[in-house]
Amino acid sequence: MNRFDYARPASVAEAVQAGTGEQVRYLAGGTNLIDLMKENVDRPTTVIDINRLPLNVIEELDGGGLRLGALVPNSDTAWDARVEQRYPLLSSAILAGASPQLRNAATNGGNLNQRTRCYYFYDVATPCNKRKPGSGCGAIGGVNRIHAILGASDQCIATHPSDMCVALAVLDAIVQVTGPEGDRAIPIADYHRLPGDEPWRDNTLRPGELVTGIDLPAEDFTKNYTYLKLRDRLSYAFALVSIAVAMRIEGSTIAEARVALGGVAHKPWRSTEAEKLLKGQQPSPQTFGAFADALLAGAVGQGKNDFKIPLARKGIVRALKQAAEATPQSQTDKRIA
Amino acid sequence: MATAAKIGIGSAINRVDGVEKVTGTARYAAEHPVENLLYGYIVEAAITKGRVLSIDEDAARAVPGVVEVITHRNRPHVAWTDRSYQDEMKIPGSPFRPLYDDRIHFSQQPIALVMAETFEAARYAASLIEVAYEAEAHNTDFDVALDEKYVPKKKRSGYTPPKNRGDAAQAFADAPLTVAGDYRLAPEHHNPMEMFGSTVEWHGDGSITVWDKTQGSQGVHAYLASVFGFSKKKVRVLNPYVGGAFGSGLRPQHQVFLAVLAAKMLERSVRVTMTRQQMFSHAYRPQAVQSIALGAETTGKLTAIRNAATTSTSRYEDNMENVVTWGLMNYDCPNADAEYTVAQIDTPTSADMRAPGAATGMTLFEMAIDEMAYAAKVDPLEFRLINYSPIDAMNGTPYTSKALREAFREGAEAFKWSERSAEPRSMREGNELIGWGCATGMWDAQFSKTSASAKLSANGHLEVACATSDIGTGSYTVMTLVAADTLGLPPEQITAKLGDSDLPAAPVEGGSWGAASSGAAVQLACQAVGKKLLKAAGKIAGEPLGGAKIDDVLFEDGCIVLKDTPTVRVPFGDAMRAADLTEIEEEATAAPGLRDMWKGLHKSKNTHSAIFAEVRVDEELGVVRVTRIVDAVAAGRIINPKTARSQILGGVVMGIGMALHEETFPDHRLGRWMNHNFAEYHVPVHADIHDIQVIFVDEPDPEVTPLGVKGLGEIGIVGTAAAIANAIYHATGKRVRSLPITIDKILE
Ligand SMILES: Cc1cc2nc3c(=O)[nH]c(=O)nc-3n(C[C@H](O)[C@H](O)[C@H](O)COP(=O)(O)OP(=O)(O)OC[C@H]3O[C@@H](n4cnc5c(N)ncnc54)[C@H](O)[C@@H]3O)c2cc1C
Ligand code: SF4
Repeated sequence: MNRFDYARPASVAEAVQAGTGEQVRYLAGGTNLIDLMKENVDRPTTVIDINRLPLNVIEELDGGGLRLGALVPNSDTAWDARVEQRYPLLSSAILAGASPQLRNAATNGGNLNQRTRCYYFYDVATPCNKRKPGSGCGAIGGVNRIHAILGASDQCIATHPSDMCVALAVLDAIVQVTGPEGDRAIPIADYHRLPGDEPWRDNTLRPGELVTGIDLPAEDFTKNYTYLKLRDRLSYAFALVSIAVAMRIEGSTIAEARVALGGVAHKPWRSTEAEKLLKGQQPSPQTFGAFADALLAGAVGQGKNDFKIPLARKGIVRALKQAAEATPQSQTDKRIA
Repeated sequence: MATAAKIGIGSAINRVDGVEKVTGTARYAAEHPVENLLYGYIVEAAITKGRVLSIDEDAARAVPGVVEVITHRNRPHVAWTDRSYQDEMKIPGSPFRPLYDDRIHFSQQPIALVMAETFEAARYAASLIEVAYEAEAHNTDFDVALDEKYVPKKKRSGYTPPKNRGDAAQAFADAPLTVAGDYRLAPEHHNPMEMFGSTVEWHGDGSITVWDKTQGSQGVHAYLASVFGFSKKKVRVLNPYVGGAFGSGLRPQHQVFLAVLAAKMLERSVRVTMTRQQMFSHAYRPQAVQSIALGAETTGKLTAIRNAATTSTSRYEDNMENVVTWGLMNYDCPNADAEYTVAQIDTPTSADMRAPGAATGMTLFEMAIDEMAYAAKVDPLEFRLINYSPIDAMNGTPYTSKALREAFREGAEAFKWSERSAEPRSMREGNELIGWGCATGMWDAQFSKTSASAKLSANGHLEVACATSDIGTGSYTVMTLVAADTLGLPPEQITAKLGDSDLPAAPVEGGSWGAASSGAAVQLACQAVGKKLLKAAGKIAGEPLGGAKIDDVLFEDGCIVLKDTPTVRVPFGDAMRAADLTEIEEEATAAPGLRDMWKGLHKSKNTHSAIFAEVRVDEELGVVRVTRIVDAVAAGRIINPKTARSQILGGVVMGIGMALHEETFPDHRLGRWMNHNFAEYHVPVHADIHDIQVIFVDEPDPEVTPLGVKGLGEIGIVGTAAAIANAIYHATGKRVRSLPITIDKILE
């Protein structure tokens, strides 16, 4: 770990003021940033500890939504009674991630901004365009079991590893940020980005910007929803593929369905176009299969992750079934519903 | 006099070091407080093969707190013959020498050591070191290396060459039923909880004390003396607590070499630790491929076994394991042949990992046996009984004991195996297919020359000591129980000491010989104390024991008791006072006797187990849950059923990892393990573990070792992965021949 300046501001304004500069990082739970610093993947010159900022509450929004403070721990968010009752999908997705200890330390803002788990990104002895622009992508043609099947570029095939964000994508969350140029509200779909020619940019946050909260619009996906996570062991592993579904069924037809995938792309993967295939339909394996094909259109394997394509297809069909039947995946009973 | 229930061999007691461990007062190698320490951080090679051309240390040296950067160019003198670097494992070849020259043999090889006043400064400075390399072509691809597999000329100690019988090739050709295939095991890293670390205290008089993470303090002691030219008296190595090792600590690891090198060069106390990532820079379980061909009659009687395996080793040493012998020993079959070869890849030398050879070779063999059972349409358990061999079928020798039949019976009963439906894919519940599989496990019952001392004080306190290690296995508790048993003292009055090179000689802790060996030595030492006590009692006025001989008395509740007249009891203290003794100290050595040396009387000594597994596999998604395991173990006498059960549980959990999770992924272009961290190298977590039942089958065996103990550290892992793989086949009808069985292989 390099030597760095450390500041622990008490107000958002002070934090943002201190946050201008090239190698400045906000430190929240530290469960990702500290690891990256120890392995010399990230070498900030200034670390701004934001844990004293008053961003650790969950508040009601006008119109029935909720604002999740950036510093509320993942656990507190998942177990918050309002979140559990009104956004059970989000609770479920958070509880599918990491371990209890990590979730206790990890924050909502940190989860949103966590870096990829690409093996090469974490090992400075190897090439990685995300870590060191222009050095090449080690994962292409290498060990890429956990890599992207959608939206990758020839510069980077990394995935965004978060579970929470997959649920946020389905819930149309809005990320509230503040920065040197003032406040912005970024729809979750525009928050993370595809790697393209600039794989070092995970998201659309501008230098110095701080996430202050995550807004959840008022929605009623409390019955027909699920978060299904498929991974290499039954807990405490990142998703090979995960599927978040929020559905509204009227009578016997699907009035609305939203689906996002985790573990398959540089951002939670969602297609509102494909979702139209579900709207107005009866839940059936055929409908779900056709939707899965549409959502996975253009998917390509990288060799070691080819299996993710059929796995995702089957997972999507199962998750849609779980949601339609109102039998959401339990995160404690690992048997798949 | 009220007699408390005697606690001794066979009593299920808590581990005596449990409180220290869970309260954090047990200090591990990198935790010993030593004043004025320097900290080392290891710089690792970024290439796989070639040389170091130059090392730019300027930026590192400029970091405040950095004291020295040690490389092959400025290191102090060290030994230069291969012999000096030979350790107890005696692997033929040229042992790796850290910072010896500019050669790079494997990725992540240590090439520099940064010493600083803090670990953080050392670590940061290490990141600033720029190394220029001259790279040479490397190969880490085992499949490519297989083209040049070979039988090493010089054999490793402990290696047993397979013995062929009959004509297996012909019998296979003639067999009405055959199964043949390549079975594979991925490379695995030991990953004990405690990372490798060493603390070296520099006393300033040319002597050092080293706290090391190792399975053998005396092995490290000999190594350090030999490599650095210390007189043996000037070095003391301690490993009172070891946070697991699984074989990775059998050989001195490079951090202890580096730590002592730095201490010698800087004449200071130092500490060198590895990070979790650096735990992938040395020992690993070799990758393996085993070509198994079986022939059988339609009745299920085996007629041919052909068993050929290759495991990976490095370019500089021939690591060998007993991979192919197990199947030949365990099954009654007139024709059998086997071949064992190694193939070199540019990695560190592979190493023993829990049940080396058997965990690989018996497990993969048991997967093939299962296939043969299905081919013969015989229940897999029945198939094993049809081909049961009461004797060691490879060597033609009887076993000292083999209660595998009983293990099958008791295990099957507990598992309710008889309720199994034979057809694959015939049991299901909801989305899940259910499968039941079984397998046999086998390991050696070994015993090595070991010494121990016993010191009884007049206040009734007994201290037993032996240089063995407790790598989490329960050695402290075993020594305590054996001493309690022999001298009739309560465990609270006994202290067991181990993990110190100054203590009576013991071999490195491995091979499951620890309990049998140190237990026997402790028993002998305590018996010697007992004799002295009896002699002392003779000095008591009026001779209450009336000149009794040692066979006429027993030791109970701190008293010498006449067997025939148990009301006659002489407290130890009375005896010692009468003889004017303040303490009695004896040392004794237990060693395999003549009988074992003399071929004519040779018997095979092995532990056996019967493992039954239930899996539930999501039919569409391929997600596997191991919902039930019964492991019935025949391992002779059980000293402490509680810690014994823990050993088996741990072995079974590791077997679940072998079946489903553990795999280190190499990037062959870079010649490097890529998932070298705990987020991406998967071992089972709580959610993966369900019901595990351990049964110890009654197996009295006075011949196998002096205490009748066979050892338990390793048998729990052997065959477990096969039982799971076989259950997966039963559930899904899909045969996966390569471990671990990950979701992609099931969906394929
Ligand atoms: C072994 C392991 C397993 C894991 N498994 C999972 C899993 O299965 N699923 C999953 O979803 N996650 C998993 N995680 C990741 C975990 O969820 C993240 O590490 C955590 O959410 C990060 O939150 P934090 O508060 O600790 O962030 P930090 O480590 O403090 O920060 C992470 C990044 O976000 C930036 N940042 C933090 N807060 C803000 C803010 N308010 N505004 C702007 N930038 C900010 C930091 O500068 C840094 O770059 C795992 C982590 C580990 C170590
Ligand atoms: S996939 Fe992206 S993060 Fe991984 S090595 Fe390539 S560029 Fe780096």
